Amino acid sequence: MIVRLRQPKREITVDGAHTVNQLLDQLDLNRESFLVIRNGTLVPGDGRLQPDDTIEVRPVISGG
Amino acid sequence: MTYSKCRVCRQPAIIDLPRHNANFCAEHLLQLCRRQVEKAIHDHEMLATDDKILVAVSGGKDSLAVWDILIELGYQADGLYIGLGIGEYSDVSLDYAQTFADERGLQLITIDLRGEYGYDVPTAAKVTKRVPCSACGLSKRHLFDKAALDGGYDVVVTGHNLDDEAAVLFGNTLRWDIEYLARQYPVLPARDGFPKKVKPLIRLTEREMAAWCIVRGIDYQVEECPMALGNKHLAYKAALNAIERQSPGSKSAFYLNFVDKMAPLLAGLNQAAAGDLRDCETCGAPTTGEVCAFCRLQERVSGNHPVPVELVLNKKARKAYLAAQAVGE
Repeated sequence: MIVRLRQPKREITVDGAHTVNQLLDQLDLNRESFLVIRNGTLVPGDGRLQPDDTIEVRPVISGG
Repeated sequence: MTYSKCRVCRQPAIIDLPRHNANFCAEHLLQLCRRQVEKAIHDHEMLATDDKILVAVSGGKDSLAVWDILIELGYQADGLYIGLGIGEYSDVSLDYAQTFADERGLQLITIDLRGEYGYDVPTAAKVTKRVPCSACGLSKRHLFDKAALDGGYDVVVTGHNLDDEAAVLFGNTLRWDIEYLARQYPVLPARDGFPKKVKPLIRLTEREMAAWCIVRGIDYQVEECPMALGNKHLAYKAALNAIERQSPGSKSAFYLNFVDKMAPLLAGLNQAAAGDLRDCETCGAPTTGEVCAFCRLQERVSGNHPVPVELVLNKKARKAYLAAQAVGE
């Protein structure tokens, strides 16, 4: 699947993650600090991901 | 396909909230957020129904979400955006704030720091040789106070959330900074030329606020302020989220129990430290010296040629900033 990341904006390809939690674990990202969005809709931790999905992993932490 | 169900209606969930040991659909996530804001407002007597409210708006998720929630709850609230002159980041942030206001028919007041006061945050950081967040915070506090008093507002609302407050508490506790700990309360009453200030999002996390914006279709500034990259506040948040991951609910227990149990014990210290204010000789704002910190900063910095953002970043932040510029953010 294609995964869009921020800070800085970039796209990567990820294989083998079947759920949101697996994807975040694979990217070594803390679930408390990110949301996963597919087609404009939030996907929960156990939400299933498909190989042809395009996913945004959005950071939610701000330092201001 | 989703497996988790909303705790309230058993429809498919869109978010898991481990601190509540529950999942929620969009409708009941919004309900949870509204109720948490109502509880904060009620428990701490933050707002009256007929208050004239000024929301400090940055264009980020928290300030737009709190403005959105207050309007939904029936409050009368205008927004104030301060242009801090942080390059393209400030321009884009204003666009998000203005679009939000225009789409809802809300009033957004804007102040441009360089246009009206002759300096910007990067230049202030360079001239004073202090971290950018210092001049930024000082400028925002002064101008929000001034705008609220000049505009006849009863109260200033800021979008500080549970993560923000827990991170500040964590930093103050690491140093056992009793004076700062005594001041850390979600309501600052009006006094001696300062407007009342409240933080209705103290019971909601950053993740919940970002989710609010996504569900409500609110576009906001997702990118981090380049001046904040690598600051201590972010490090404290990362540390707290590492604990939260292992022990859900730790962040809210840390901060909300401080407010309930510790803050009352420190209240006397806060009142003792609040005395001896007089009017600034330049602008009339309350201050402990002859001239307030804002006027001293403006006197020192205004007139300097604008300094580009990248020149005041540390090495790590500059690398991240230039990488972001390279991909057109």
